[in-house]
Amino acid sequence: MTDPLLLVVQLVVPAAVAPLLTGLVRKVKARLLGRRGPSLLQPYRDLARLFRKEPVLAENASWLFRGAPYGAFAAMWLAMSAIPTFASSPTLGLGLDMIAIAGLLGLARILTALAGMDVGTSFGGIGTSREITIGALAEPAMFIAIIALALIVNSTALPDMSRVLHEGVGLRVSLALALGAIVMVAMAETGRIPIDNPATHLELTMVHEAMVLEYSGRHLAMVELGAMLKLTLYLSLIACIFVPWGIAREADAQAVASGLALWLGKLAVGGVALAVFETTIAKMRVFRYPEFLGAALLFSVLGAIFLYISQHLK
Amino acid sequence: MSGVDQWTLIGVAQATFVGLAVAGCLTNRRRVLVTPLYALAALASLVMLIAALGALFASDAVVVSKRLLPVGLPDIKSHLRLDGLAAVFLVIVNIAAIAAALYGVGYDAHTPEPARVLAPFPLFLAGMNIVPLADDAFTFLVGWEFMSLASWLMVLAGHDREENRRAALVYLTMAAFGALALLMAFGALAGAGGGYSFDAMRAMTPSPGIATLAALALLLGAGSKAGLAPLHVWLPLAHPAAPSHVSALMSGAMTKVAIYALMRGLLELAGPPQWWWGGLLAVIGALTAALGALQSLTQTDTKTVLAFSTIENIGVIAAALGLAIAFRASGQPLEAGLALVAALFHALNHGLFKSLLFFGAGAVLHSTGTRELDRLGGLIHRLRWTAPLVLVGCIAISAVPPLNGFASEWLVFQSILDATSLQHWELKFTTPLIGALVALAAALAAASFVRFFGIAFLGRPRDAAAAQAHEVSPAMLAAMAGLAALCLAFGAWPGVPLEPLARVAAAAADPSGATTLLFVGGGDGHTAWLAVAPRGNLTAAYSGMMAALGLAALTGIAVGLASLVSGARARRGPAWDCGFPDPNPATQYTASSVGQPLRRIFGSVVLAARDRVDMPPAGDQQPATLTSTIRDPAWHFLFDPLIAAINRATERVNALQFLAIRVYLSLMFAALIGLLIIVAVAR
Repeated sequence: MTDPLLLVVQLVVPAAVAPLLTGLVRKVKARLLGRRGPSLLQPYRDLARLFRKEPVLAENASWLFRGAPYGAFAAMWLAMSAIPTFASSPTLGLGLDMIAIAGLLGLARILTALAGMDVGTSFGGIGTSREITIGALAEPAMFIAIIALALIVNSTALPDMSRVLHEGVGLRVSLALALGAIVMVAMAETGRIPIDNPATHLELTMVHEAMVLEYSGRHLAMVELGAMLKLTLYLSLIACIFVPWGIAREADAQAVASGLALWLGKLAVGGVALAVFETTIAKMRVFRYPEFLGAALLFSVLGAIFLYISQHLK
Repeated sequence: MSGVDQWTLIGVAQATFVGLAVAGCLTNRRRVLVTPLYALAALASLVMLIAALGALFASDAVVVSKRLLPVGLPDIKSHLRLDGLAAVFLVIVNIAAIAAALYGVGYDAHTPEPARVLAPFPLFLAGMNIVPLADDAFTFLVGWEFMSLASWLMVLAGHDREENRRAALVYLTMAAFGALALLMAFGALAGAGGGYSFDAMRAMTPSPGIATLAALALLLGAGSKAGLAPLHVWLPLAHPAAPSHVSALMSGAMTKVAIYALMRGLLELAGPPQWWWGGLLAVIGALTAALGALQSLTQTDTKTVLAFSTIENIGVIAAALGLAIAFRASGQPLEAGLALVAALFHALNHGLFKSLLFFGAGAVLHSTGTRELDRLGGLIHRLRWTAPLVLVGCIAISAVPPLNGFASEWLVFQSILDATSLQHWELKFTTPLIGALVALAAALAAASFVRFFGIAFLGRPRDAAAAQAHEVSPAMLAAMAGLAALCLAFGAWPGVPLEPLARVAAAAADPSGATTLLFVGGGDGHTAWLAVAPRGNLTAAYSGMMAALGLAALTGIAVGLASLVSGARARRGPAWDCGFPDPNPATQYTASSVGQPLRRIFGSVVLAARDRVDMPPAGDQQPATLTSTIRDPAWHFLFDPLIAAINRATERVNALQFLAIRVYLSLMFAALIGLLIIVAVAR
């Protein structure tokens, strides 16, 4: 398998699989709550319906409102392509390391947040205000977690992280702490319970949904697909760092195929775990976010400090 | 280009500035002069830019070219020197100056008294050019004072408003304090022999005590001009008070000249740097960054938001510079070079996007007549060209790919990661703190600029002035477009500006010249265009071009696919707003309400932010009121007590004015005796 082909596969497959993952999470949650739940393929049907429908724009919506869903989706898509999902080779590093991935997600957040303010409704303002708050709280925790990981593997590039951790660095407390921090950041950034509820219908508790209330038709479809891709992205990110086994290191078809199967398995496990977690916990008040994300920051700082101490003792 | 040519260019440009200042005094009577004078100022700055670029790209080695002018103090004369570091800052200053002069053509076309700006404006530019060129303390301080006083005059341009007069007073006081501190630093470094030329200071190795004294004085003097906390208090008052193109220069260029003074002083003049200078500077820088970003989020005046964001960026630059000094002191020239490149690149980038944003705020002020965010809104429909240009600035300053702000912050983060290899454990354990603060600052800055753009340009107009805003003149748009284009270009091809910066940093971080390793692409010319690779290989790389082209391509694919499957044209309808749209624009979120959660979370601790709701008793028809207060910790803990103490002391001393003549005579006699005793004891 050649590298360009592999790149295309790495771009297309995550975007194609993302709705399935969301469908799985919804299905498992429904089963846990004693409902039958919609089919696994329901997200695809929803997207197809949205794409077909005529988009309605508010009278004073600007070009930014129309363009933001595409820009945000492209930023997440590009970030996704830089994560070693089922195959990893040096040429596919793309020159985008973990800081750049965090930055691209930041770009997506900025575009969505701006779009939330474009029409000038109060709900859009609520969503934007809360979204930038979550971002400001989550980013330091993410960055310190990156420091802790980079200290272990001596690089911020994900293919390197994945490779070094695959070769084994032993069991480390810092890794567990960094995992905790990244998982908490991921839950905040993907808008899951306890920070945000993707299934909420009460506007006052919305964060992400409030920002995109004015969207319809294909614009809404892009927003929804972007949110699904973001969930896939964070699960893949966690998988490629903390469960780095089975990623194809060389571009031969068999390794790629088994890597693909394993990656889908990892996503499924992550999705089920997320569904179980979400059904056992309640959503938080907005002003308790700092506690949740402060804990993430504390985890990552502790992770970094423990590493210093272990280096110091060596 | 040979040395002679550069000095000719510099001489011509500086002479033009002086001539322009004289001509500028006449513009109140002859308004036709305004446009040609700004055009000439732009031209002179362009000449300076060419001279500086010539020095920067002259050859692979960093050229040092010197001139001795027969003016100045009799036994010192005036030494000038053009080396890599000076050239970098001349480039930063003059790019902003060209844009500001161009912008001034449109901005100052209708002011009642243009001479108030046009007379000091060329002197301000001249001062900012002299400081990097100076090679002795005297010339340096002359340039420095020109810069301070000329900008002070322009802060006073709107002297009919009380807050501008207060801003100017605070600014003048801090500028005087800063100059005094610099004077002390140079005095300490010159020593008893009076070697005031920088060459003499370089040749001498001061004792550790003297060096520390000089370093701290430099930190106070240059740090107060740059806006490092807690000496930043003048900046958010003075920068917004000046006309917008001057605000842009003060934020984009003048603070960089102060950073230059820190670099030149701490890395070259004060002898071998000690690691804790760097540690101190890095911690102060990180705290400044977080404090500035947080405060910019609480302001509702467009230009004050930008001024606080300048404080944030200066903090980031200072943090990187501090790390560079710490690395240099602990004998890690490679890492020191990387951190210095990060500081230089961020200084360059901030000069671009902050000037752009101040121009944008000026355009909003020009077309709506207000700086109050809560009276704006919906300008994206009225200022069709300004809006996308300001958006470029907002995304660049938010440090997200693919723009230049991310490229330099990426380098800063890489330096912070490198700081884990420092030997001093105190600094090592501080590194996560510095990293967290810088990351927090970046995230808060992003939030602040979402708020800035969202309130001013998006939504519905909150005021008639915003609803009837008109697009600004082509000269102003051209200035903004030029800077936005540079932001985009430096974001997509960071390797281009980084190549000369890396050379300069290698020379400055390692004077022996052993560090010839390029930080870009491992010395391979092909990858220099593609990626920034600080560790000399491509394992930790950021490719601006991949980010820019990738985003463009993927956006194109997404738009193409979406319109392919959908096909239906968008229809316009009333806003949904959950079924209850309210036509009153006051139902929108305001600048204060967007920032409220973050103000409450962080501000309640740092800024003592309090929201008080006064609810009238049941049955009372009075409206409820919400009072929201914040305070700057620097004012509360440092300056207010200081001012109170000075006032008390002056009242005491005031009594000395009303004594009888015999008391004065006896006081003088006592002073004489006292001095004689001191002389006797000292002998």
